[in-house]
Amino acid sequence: MILETRGIGKRFGSVLALRDVSMGVRAGEVTCVLGDNGAGKSTLIKILAGVHQHDAGTLLVDGREVRLTGPRDALDRGIATVYQDLAMIPLMSVWRNFFLGSEPRKGLAFDVARARRVAREELKAMGIDIRDVDQPVGTLSGGERQSVAIARAVHFGARVLILDEPTSALGVKQAGVVLRYIARARDRGLGVVFITHNPHHAYPVGDRFLLLNRGAGMGEYGKADITPQELTSLMSGGAELEELAHELRRE
Amino acid sequence: MTIAADERVARVGLARRLLIRPELGAVVGLVVVFSFFAAQSPVFRSPSGIANWLDPAATLGIMAVAVALLMIGGEFDLSAGVLTGTSGLILVTLATRFGFNVWLAMLAGLVVALGVGLANGLIVTRTRLPSFIVTLGTFLMLQGVNLGVTKAITGTVQVSGLRTASGFEGASALLAGTVEVGGTSFRVAILWWILVTAVATWVLMRSKAGNWIFAVGGDEQAARAVGVPAARTKIALFMTTAFAAWLVGSILALRYTSVQANIGIGQEFIYIIAAVIGGCLLTGGYGSAIGAAIGAVIFGMADKGIVFLGWDADWFKFFLGAMLLLATLANRLVRRYAEEVRH
Ligand SMILES: Nc1ncnc2c1ncn2[C@@H]1O[C@H](COP(=O)(O)OP(=O)(O)O)[C@@H](O)[C@H]1O
Ligand SMILES: [Mg+2]
Repeated sequence: MILETRGIGKRFGSVLALRDVSMGVRAGEVTCVLGDNGAGKSTLIKILAGVHQHDAGTLLVDGREVRLTGPRDALDRGIATVYQDLAMIPLMSVWRNFFLGSEPRKGLAFDVARARRVAREELKAMGIDIRDVDQPVGTLSGGERQSVAIARAVHFGARVLILDEPTSALGVKQAGVVLRYIARARDRGLGVVFITHNPHHAYPVGDRFLLLNRGAGMGEYGKADITPQELTSLMSGGAELEELAHELRRE
Repeated sequence: MTIAADERVARVGLARRLLIRPELGAVVGLVVVFSFFAAQSPVFRSPSGIANWLDPAATLGIMAVAVALLMIGGEFDLSAGVLTGTSGLILVTLATRFGFNVWLAMLAGLVVALGVGLANGLIVTRTRLPSFIVTLGTFLMLQGVNLGVTKAITGTVQVSGLRTASGFEGASALLAGTVEVGGTSFRVAILWWILVTAVATWVLMRSKAGNWIFAVGGDEQAARAVGVPAARTKIALFMTTAFAAWLVGSILALRYTSVQANIGIGQEFIYIIAAVIGGCLLTGGYGSAIGAAIGAVIFGMADKGIVFLGWDADWFKFFLGAMLLLATLANRLVRRYAEEVRH
């Protein structure tokens, strides 16, 4: 396991946002975190990303217990996070965004030729079809932007890639594109934590599934242990779904 | 299917060409304005005419380029115009009233100017107040200091007599002299302006700092999130504007050997207008140093061209407003396109 939590918990004042959650991420595997809105998904990944500190349980990186001091600490340990709002500058070109904050140097200058070339190569290696790395990021679609952010994290040496609902704002086709890059990152040996509330996005790409409900872990399942139907019904609360189906049938 | 793909590529191709060149609008404006005056006035297109309109373009251009960098970084500096006056006043006052060598007096002016830039930058980055308000404050304060101190020292609203100060010859040759090109004498300020534009363009396009300038102007939060030192970048930009104000203030003081205490007031908007004509967005994150330099040339041409045609100089203001409106409309189209998200 690159990254593991054991009985981890977090409270904000009187709000118990997360309690007793155990999960793991292996290299070359995708761990999906599923749960409804407010289930605690973002809280969990913010602990993994070093944004929040946990106040119960243990967090382990490479099997050793750690306490992350901040996002930079997490990044230095190879844990990269792509948030929904991506931290990209719309008016700047793809290659300028790709290297923003970590520009390659050539003497005093920003090695523009290398930045262009490497950005193009990295995107290509991820199978991302950006027609032109000179185009402003603002002209990319949501899925393309997610893809560039993923490629950037991979390039800067991430071992664990955390994606917070990368597909939730996307149409079916765009979501498919992003799922493909998640698989590609996995094939390159990264451990991926994929947060979503959509079991149809999670099941095809996931190796293990952590279900969250109102801040509590409802178990971690391997792909062999669970069918898509079970996943869907667990996620929405099986009984609630049956009730809903019943209700809808009468109308 | 293939038709859709082709159309997509065509759209991107056009957008790219437009977006990669923020100075496009300024170049078009330059050609139009030059043709207009050159067609009617033989003097305008003669070498001495060119030297004539390049001169105001140079001093304005140095400021416009620095202000453009600042605007790309997402901030304004309304104190820049008055600061040219402050720098010039310090130079002339110290050299003529306190026996300073001209070089030393210039150095003192530089220190004060950079201090004002630093103060602007620190206040804006620490308080997160809009730079428009903060530098409006510095603008008014400097305006008061310029007049108050000058009156207290000289009893009038100007200081003069720089010609007899020690070190004047050398400093004047360097900053306020002329160079002969093919029998026509051009102001040496033009060379300084070209140098400033070249350096600014290099920084913007080919340095790490340039990437940061675009980023802090485009989205400061996002820039911070990936480790860009946003506050340092902005403070450096305010100090760059202050440096330019010192350079221009010194050039003008050495040229006229006297400085009016109210000089530079109102110029701050001209700098911003030249930068906007050159393709800078008022909202930051986009623009070009060369564009701002071209914006300054358009000004110089109109300023002198109107005189060459024997028109009333008041028409210059009309021209200024029209250019600004056209440029802003053009820039808005660019921004809309660049920020449009394709699904
Ligand atoms: N910084 C915070 N302060 C107080 N409460 C918070 C904070 N962050 C999250 N919460 C609460 O924790 C719960 C889980 O939120 P979150 O992790 O964002 O859920 P999800 O991402 O699954 O939708 C919610 O009830 C939310 O209101
Ligand atoms: Mg969330």
